[in-house]
Amino acid sequence: MPFIPHTDEDVAEMLAAIGAPNIETLFEEIPAQLRVASLPGVPAGLNEQQILRLMSERGQQDGRPLCFIGAGAYDHFIPSAVWAVLSRGEFYSAYTPYQAEASQGTLQTIYEFQSMITALTGMPVANASMYDGASAVAEACLMAVRANRRSKSARVLLPRTMHPHYRAVVRTSAGQQGLKFEELAYERASGQTARQALAAYAGEDLTAVVIQQPNFFGVLEEVDELTDWAHERGALVIAAVNPTALALLKPPGQWGERGADIVVGEGQPLGCPLASGGPYFGFMAARMEIVRQMPGRIVGRTVDLDGRPGFTLTLQAREQHIRRSKATSNICTNQGLLMMAGTVYMALLGAEGLERVAAACLARTAELVGALSRLPGVQCAFSGPRFHEAVLLLERPVAKVLQLLAARGIEGGFDLTPHYPELGPALLVCATEQRSAADIAAYAKALGEILPSVRAA
Amino acid sequence: MSDIPADLKYARSHEWLRQLPDGTVEVGISDHAQESLGDLVFVEVPEVGRTLAAGEAFAVVESVKAASDVYSPVAGTVLAVNSKLATAPELINKAPYGDGWLMKLKPAAGAPPALLSAAEYARVADEG
Repeated sequence: MPFIPHTDEDVAEMLAAIGAPNIETLFEEIPAQLRVASLPGVPAGLNEQQILRLMSERGQQDGRPLCFIGAGAYDHFIPSAVWAVLSRGEFYSAYTPYQAEASQGTLQTIYEFQSMITALTGMPVANASMYDGASAVAEACLMAVRANRRSKSARVLLPRTMHPHYRAVVRTSAGQQGLKFEELAYERASGQTARQALAAYAGEDLTAVVIQQPNFFGVLEEVDELTDWAHERGALVIAAVNPTALALLKPPGQWGERGADIVVGEGQPLGCPLASGGPYFGFMAARMEIVRQMPGRIVGRTVDLDGRPGFTLTLQAREQHIRRSKATSNICTNQGLLMMAGTVYMALLGAEGLERVAAACLARTAELVGALSRLPGVQCAFSGPRFHEAVLLLERPVAKVLQLLAARGIEGGFDLTPHYPELGPALLVCATEQRSAADIAAYAKALGEILPSVRAA
Repeated sequence: MSDIPADLKYARSHEWLRQLPDGTVEVGISDHAQESLGDLVFVEVPEVGRTLAAGEAFAVVESVKAASDVYSPVAGTVLAVNSKLATAPELINKAPYGDGWLMKLKPAAGAPPALLSAAEYARVADEG
């Protein structure tokens, strides 16, 4: 059944009103050579019954492996109420509504989301969400260049400890708009951004510095020191943070003397399931002084003519429908449904629940690292403090080890070798509150049996 | 009918220019422009020291219904900006030719571009 509300009579009436004989005439201006008769490689359509069967068969092929992969997307427990609430017709839309003010409930939810993000990040203002964590970092870099008017260089420092996919997205998305990105090295012993790397920039014009906390290795950066260092040089600080970790860590609004200027992150840990890479959502918060440079939508609370409280889109003069090519960005909607999942998740857990999730992740990861690094030929790569991920050095080709673990139903982690060849065979592992002591023991046992069978490269 | 002081010069893009005795100039937007924009809520002014070409966008005025660029009527270097606008953008609505000024410029050497007289600008403002 096609989900199109118009009946044949409706269509005939509309065509008659505009004087068109049939729908085909509406597309006449598209030249014949630009039209595609069929899509090669795309099979014929399936009905609902057939597609459900196909997808469940594909799902069974994946099995239900134990997941120890983090690397930017995390397997957290999602209370059933989150998606039950979301399935309500009033919420079940991916899109910011047109005539937004007509949907007071949607606007209120976005307002609640923004309020929660400001509380979590310690910042005064947040927007209605971004597409995902990586694109949010790219938008933050563009925003920093607009906001930092004292800097002329459009130079942005990206630590090598930042997610390699984020760095790639930032270069693709913002690199064509005149921004210059330079990478900061890390200290081999601690896994933190290197102080020596910073020294090279003494006296130079920098526009912004991105700091990921925890960094891609799971290691906690010296955020206070980095923030003050950047501010002393007139650079803005962009914090890229994990929202779960913020339940335990100092909020970016309090980093260093003045706090971060822009805070972004991946919202997936807040109620969004791991699903082949998405859809997820990003979040963004900022200092009030630079709010007019912020991309995306912002919902404000106000009163109507009769003094009754209500919600409304605000600061829209930054947006494309008003500023055209001079708009702050091409972001003009938000990840409505996923943002809503994050809001319901945070509302259900509360500050205390989120803190318990974060504490459980920390404890589970400590157990995991302890169990795995006791194995011969496995050692922890970095000495710096960490949250819920760690880098292990294996002395054996990581891809092969992961393949053998997968055959035993264990997704053993993220292979760092292609991204950080200087580390040798390095594996990024993660344990969330979803991994039990038995899961961890099963992983350690499997790895202990597999390693001796794999030849060193 | 909007106010168009006879002692000022005007640009077609609705900026005014006042020649000061010391050879510098003051720039703002016309009464007609502020009236069309409506209540201003934010004004972005340039940095002092910036060099502008004639016709270059140097400021943004944002009202409840629109945001518009403001263009420099002449080339020059920014000597001062009206910092009061940061907290009181409505000064432009109240006194576009006085307290609502945007910037002071040191005009670049060379012949200044042809600007409109008050009478000429009145015809432009009439057309919309």
